Amino acid sequence: MNPKKILNANEISTILNRLSFQLIEDHNTFNDTVIIAIQPRGAILGKRISKLINKYEKDNNLKIGYLDITFFRDDFRRTQKVLKASATEIEFTIENKTVVLVDDVLFTGRSIRAALNAIQSFGRPKEIQLLTLIDRRFSRELPIQPDYCGTQVDSRLNEKVIVHWKENDLEDSVYLHKNKK
Amino acid sequence: MSSLSVDNLLGIKYLNKQDLNLIFKTSDNFKEVINRKIKKVPSLRDVTIANLFFENSTRTKLSFELAQKRLSADVVNFSSSGSSISKGETLIDTVNNILSMKVDMIVMRHPSPGASVFLSKNVKSCIINAGDGTHEHPTQALLDAYSLIEKIGDLKSKNILIVGDIMHSRVALSNIFAYQKLGANVTVCGPKSLIPKSIESLNVKVETNFRKALKNSDAVNMLRIQNERMSESYFPSIREYVQQYGLTMPLLSSINKEIIVMHPGPINRGVEITSEVADSDQAIILDQVENGVAIRMAVMYLLAAKLK
Repeated sequence: MNPKKILNANEISTILNRLSFQLIEDHNTFNDTVIIAIQPRGAILGKRISKLINKYEKDNNLKIGYLDITFFRDDFRRTQKVLKASATEIEFTIENKTVVLVDDVLFTGRSIRAALNAIQSFGRPKEIQLLTLIDRRFSRELPIQPDYCGTQVDSRLNEKVIVHWKENDLEDSVYLHKNKK
Repeated sequence: MSSLSVDNLLGIKYLNKQDLNLIFKTSDNFKEVINRKIKKVPSLRDVTIANLFFENSTRTKLSFELAQKRLSADVVNFSSSGSSISKGETLIDTVNNILSMKVDMIVMRHPSPGASVFLSKNVKSCIINAGDGTHEHPTQALLDAYSLIEKIGDLKSKNILIVGDIMHSRVALSNIFAYQKLGANVTVCGPKSLIPKSIESLNVKVETNFRKALKNSDAVNMLRIQNERMSESYFPSIREYVQQYGLTMPLLSSINKEIIVMHPGPINRGVEITSEVADSDQAIILDQVENGVAIRMAVMYLLAAKLK
């Protein structure tokens, strides 16, 4: 079956603008807040959001880092899928900061669980919040919810939500694939 | 892509170029991890690894053990002195006994060439060769190649010189395989008595004139004279060896070229290499040691992914 388009470029742009304004409203100049994007799929979203924040709030101290969670996942040696690592780049301390974790899709919550563990290697944050573009709200396996959410998607377990970014895939869009492994 | 073609690491001979590049790519990630304040990841927390050292080692053993701990594996150590080996137990029995205690992975150093290959055919476990006699020392070659790539980039068509006791060196053989698989040209240099007769069948150039060999090289790997493996004398005196094949600052600077100097350790200062060279900016000896931990983490991580 053909994948169903959930969001087009315009809708994504509206959502990203809204998320950026919400972040600015809650975190002002980002003196005590950092963005940590989860590799690899959260990285572009993190970059987009920080670009928009820089556009709307010129006077800010926003820092963005990239966190790879491969070695912290709980499905290592339990899936056939080979886990491929990306780079972690966090050039600042997160001690006593508010960390906003950024990922594209919140599904079972296991990636976020891994990220919560991985982030401890960089200090003890004051608070950790979660921003995701898509929240597949009926698929959670752990008690994890987003603080900032682009849109909620109701989907079955065997379906897959894939976010495309124009940096990699020519256009911004989100698709729902049926029965995809 | 993304998975090794082998289930054991017995030697570089059994790996392909994709394997080498995958190990290097994974090592990049682990190098970042071991430079964090908190240098630990939980990947191997349900894996138990036994380090079996039937021969002395400081660097390799420490490096493996650190790598295992950084990956959160459970580790047991065994060294042959003070063990039941002296009571006459065979290698297979020793290892099977250890495996009965539910160990998932074996890291072994053994004085007999081929010991790890032999073991892999006779026991059911994942085996990592940490040096078997004069045969191979794969993790050393991996970290040598990784350190060199870090310094001079792609090794394709680069000229790499290995100097010293080629005959008794497992590092030399593993190095030759690794560099060749990465597209480099390898030359060996040393007294004729320490170069195996059949070495040319490996497509390796032999050069007995050290200065001439250095002139054509981008990097040089200085090997230690392995007195402990020599049952007879292969050259008249250490002094004469030093004169012919010792790497000194005057010799290095007389060649108008930036040559990277490597050494697998332990260094015999003043024999194969002078302190001045070993401590110079051209030497990457301590980088090699740092990278050793990252390389071994990568190897164990990638092999653990294949454990049943």
